[in-house]
Amino acid sequence: MGLIQEIDYGTPASKSEKQVTLTVDGFEVTVPEGTSIMRASMEAGIAIPKLCATDMVDAFGSCRLCLVEIEGRNGTPSSCTTPVMPGMVVKTQTSRLKDIRRGVMELYISDHPLDCLTCAANGDCELQDMAGAVGLRDVRYGYEGDNHVRAKADGAENFRWMPKDESNPYFTYDPSKCIVCSRCVRACEEVQGTFALTIEGRGFGSRVSPGMHQPFMESECVSCGACVQACPTATLTEKSVIQIGQPEHSVVTTCAYCGVGCSFKAEMRGDELVRMVPWKDGKANRGHSCVKGRFAYGYATHKDRILNPMVREKVTDPWREVSWEEAFSHIASEFRRIQYQYGKNAIGGITSSRCTNEETYLVQKLIRQGFRNNNVDTCARVCHSPTGYGLGQTYGTSAGTQDFDSVEEADVIMVIGANPSAGHPVFASRMKKRIRQGAKLIVLDPRETETVNSVHAKADFHLPLKPGTNVAVVTALAHVIVTEGLFDEKFIRERCDWSEFEDWAAFVAEPRNSPEEIEKLSGVPAEKIRGAARLYARGGNGAIYYGLGVTEHSQGSTTVMAIANLAMATGNVGRRGVGVNPLRGQNNVQGSCDMGSFPHELPGYRHVSGDAVRDIYEALWNVTLDNEPGLRIPNMLDAAVEGTFRGIYIQGEDILQSDPDTKHVAAGLAAMECVVVHDLFLNETANYAHVFLPGSTFLEKDGTFTNAERRINRVRKVMAPKNGYADWEVTQLLAQAMGLDWNYAHPSEIMDEVAKTTPSFANVSYALLEQKGSVQWPCNEQAPDGTPIMHVGGFVRGKGKFIRTEYVATDEKTGPRFPLLLTTGRILSQYNVGAQTRRTANVLWHAEDRLEIHPHDAEQRGIRDGDWVKLQSRAGETALRALVTERVAAGVVYTTFHHPDTQANVITTDYSDWATNCPEYKVTAVQVSPSNGPSQWQEEYEEQARQSRRIEGRLEAAE
Amino acid sequence: MQHAGTDIADRATVIVNDLMGLEGPLLPILHGIQHEFGYVPSETLPVIAEALNLSNAEVHGVVTFYHDYRNHPAGRHVLKICQAEACQSMGSDHVAAKIKQLLGIGFHETTRDGAVTLEPVYCLGLCACAPAAMLDGVPIGRLDDEALEEISAAVRL
Repeated sequence: MGLIQEIDYGTPASKSEKQVTLTVDGFEVTVPEGTSIMRASMEAGIAIPKLCATDMVDAFGSCRLCLVEIEGRNGTPSSCTTPVMPGMVVKTQTSRLKDIRRGVMELYISDHPLDCLTCAANGDCELQDMAGAVGLRDVRYGYEGDNHVRAKADGAENFRWMPKDESNPYFTYDPSKCIVCSRCVRACEEVQGTFALTIEGRGFGSRVSPGMHQPFMESECVSCGACVQACPTATLTEKSVIQIGQPEHSVVTTCAYCGVGCSFKAEMRGDELVRMVPWKDGKANRGHSCVKGRFAYGYATHKDRILNPMVREKVTDPWREVSWEEAFSHIASEFRRIQYQYGKNAIGGITSSRCTNEETYLVQKLIRQGFRNNNVDTCARVCHSPTGYGLGQTYGTSAGTQDFDSVEEADVIMVIGANPSAGHPVFASRMKKRIRQGAKLIVLDPRETETVNSVHAKADFHLPLKPGTNVAVVTALAHVIVTEGLFDEKFIRERCDWSEFEDWAAFVAEPRNSPEEIEKLSGVPAEKIRGAARLYARGGNGAIYYGLGVTEHSQGSTTVMAIANLAMATGNVGRRGVGVNPLRGQNNVQGSCDMGSFPHELPGYRHVSGDAVRDIYEALWNVTLDNEPGLRIPNMLDAAVEGTFRGIYIQGEDILQSDPDTKHVAAGLAAMECVVVHDLFLNETANYAHVFLPGSTFLEKDGTFTNAERRINRVRKVMAPKNGYADWEVTQLLAQAMGLDWNYAHPSEIMDEVAKTTPSFANVSYALLEQKGSVQWPCNEQAPDGTPIMHVGGFVRGKGKFIRTEYVATDEKTGPRFPLLLTTGRILSQYNVGAQTRRTANVLWHAEDRLEIHPHDAEQRGIRDGDWVKLQSRAGETALRALVTERVAAGVVYTTFHHPDTQANVITTDYSDWATNCPEYKVTAVQVSPSNGPSQWQEEYEEQARQSRRIEGRLEAAE
Repeated sequence: MQHAGTDIADRATVIVNDLMGLEGPLLPILHGIQHEFGYVPSETLPVIAEALNLSNAEVHGVVTFYHDYRNHPAGRHVLKICQAEACQSMGSDHVAAKIKQLLGIGFHETTRDGAVTLEPVYCLGLCACAPAAMLDGVPIGRLDDEALEEISAAVRL
């Protein structure tokens, strides 16, 4: 193994197609035009000394170490800022250059501590390397002069010295070690796009300053880690490196947080994880990261993790730790008993979007082959099921059309119902980079989110629509495009059904769909709708990115189709820089859908009623498969309450916290006789479980995740599972206990079975992933290397289908009792139900869920910032603290659902998408009133949770 | 006299709104703020940043780069003594020492009574009349001890 050393070429790659040949130290090298001499030289294998250059950011030319001599030119230009020219003859090492470099290094070192042996960067310090490279043997200037190194000089205070800033939980800033190369400042600006760092002062007094000379935690810093990665010294260092030491080997793997699917190097010392460093060859993230993937992995070793299987007779009993064998035989006999007693359809399972493709495939296989029914569903039910349905109907595939690189060529970016800056931060950084290059941004969101108002990337149009009016507003955009003749007739005639287009065009052109009419119900000024439509249709490459603000509505599927219509009508499908892209919430929600997790679909989105498809699996699995779709999650819960559904196997999902109408979920779970929860922690759902199977983290297993761009990325085991088994092994052992003949020795064999049975995965294998790094499905004979862009040359379904999108207002309406609309969302530092991030230092950024409320609504109710308020809907009530802000419009309130003690889903109702049952999380009519503290439900719930987490023979586990 | 934070922000907003239409508005705005308050109060930085869609850090970087922008109020008068090469060759070292002695303060300091702030400056473009100084924006050339005593007395009035 060993540490993966990525080559730092010093400056970014040039995208020019024209090649230029030059000579560096007598070697000829050919590179694209616009490449720097430094990069060209590195391509030839010659590393020019450098400090301020790194290939994640543009050349800066400040360290004066990378100077070279060029034949026929005066002086010693810096190789990072000088582009190559044909026939150039470069010398990187002459006696003159050596003298200059040594002199520069002497100056650097004269103001740098000489504590290398005890320094955290020892062994990973570019300053140390450069001192070695230039042959520094002595510093003529001495160390006694003016400096930033020592707190005291000659017994007096040294006003230039600044203490170490340890405010950030994950890294430290030690100004005494800073060489002011600006790499951190530029990484924050160019890579992350937050601009939280600057150089304050000038000349010798210059120092890096977070915010306005503030500690990191008080500045605008979002803790993405780009600056720490860029720092060539120990000035910015991960606290884990300070604590443990330098890593000795690394493994490339995929982050298990959001649907961006960033590639990381897990840098290890033995089986201890030292740090996660984004991998530059990762095609989703291109060397960037966010606070979650980079730093928030501490949950893997958190004391709350359960490592032994547990069983109990009743949910009111304390847990009893048992052997794996006992747990499996208990489940097998219970499930068989329930099926014997209540029928074969009385049990089912839920696959996890957090687990690997292979694990998901096994869970649905267990249910279909072992339980002999189709009662399998997944958490995509509550997030992107409308995407699958909507895009399937219009285009013919249930996935986004582009890769993330495509955003680099977008001219107009429309973000609908998503806040990538918080939910998909690495994609947001790539998007903002493109906006800073001149692309335009349109945002449809009820709130003024970080995405609307980010530094140097402000939205050109923000359409602050009333929650629940997506269909109306998107149809109004289409109205403008059709009535003003902005549609792309050639594209539509070639690739879509023209008569369907005419029908749709006639529908959207009706006056009731005009921006002026829609303004009345959505609250968006007509002029903004018109302006946004014109910009999207005529601004060049138009790319749409959307999130859960689109899907989690009673008309979620309709909005997805409206978006698809918009892209087709303007010809924005089927090439780079355009497309329709769902920003998927979870690391493997795309994969879990691909793997046949829905009750009506076998892997590859093939309906269970298709005889040909069932034949494939029936032959392989040696069973007869049910040709009727099984139960969806809400149906399972309904059936449980009715008494016809009695047992469930839930892998890696906390339905009690994440699904709507918590009381109904609780009632359903409570009515079951055997609830099996397979998870890392005793989550909220486990309060109602009879068997708990400990899970393994993404660091402890092999497998693959499929991200939002359909990219299949490898997950690699970096440490042994602390609970003994990877999740796929647990499912396999359970299947064996139930009498199935499964003998997978490695997840690659599971993927082989997927490839063998699923046309869109036909060419996928671990060998191919090893070779290519990653591939995007479809990956088969027609596309052996995968498919970065879909629908090139024509739609998958044949002709693109325009579908009328009639706006139907949700039944969830405000009235005198519940006059405000609640909408929900996420914030950067926490992830989903927070099971992982709440068990890391990320809680320092977001320790509780707050209710955002407009000052007008707050004042009417006598609510001040920070007050406890009661939040009530017709489904239930909870209490949390208020945050008075103008980010939400009057009449709208907003909260996150990261903390179980808030239980925002006690409030949300059972309304759902008409096509897919995706719950309407984004609209709930509520009332807000002052309160003294947590509600009675919250207190009862907490007591019940505490009771149900007791483990026999152990002191009560503290949360 | 100490202004309340909101008052400062309100007054800064007026200046920002007035000047933000200019091309490259940050420096004119900072000049306007300094003119209004006598220094650039740190509370105004987020106001400027938000209006110009910059980060607080960026504005802080610019403010601290320029010596002319102060982070605290100056004395009633500001006296700048040129310390650049031409003036040095004509004895600005002596001028600096003399004025420091007369006022009882060093560079970057303000007299206890708040009468005057003393600062070095690197070239006023008045080399022909070196050694030179600038008092409240008015250049003074050919400084000698007598002139310095006059200045010292005048600023104390």
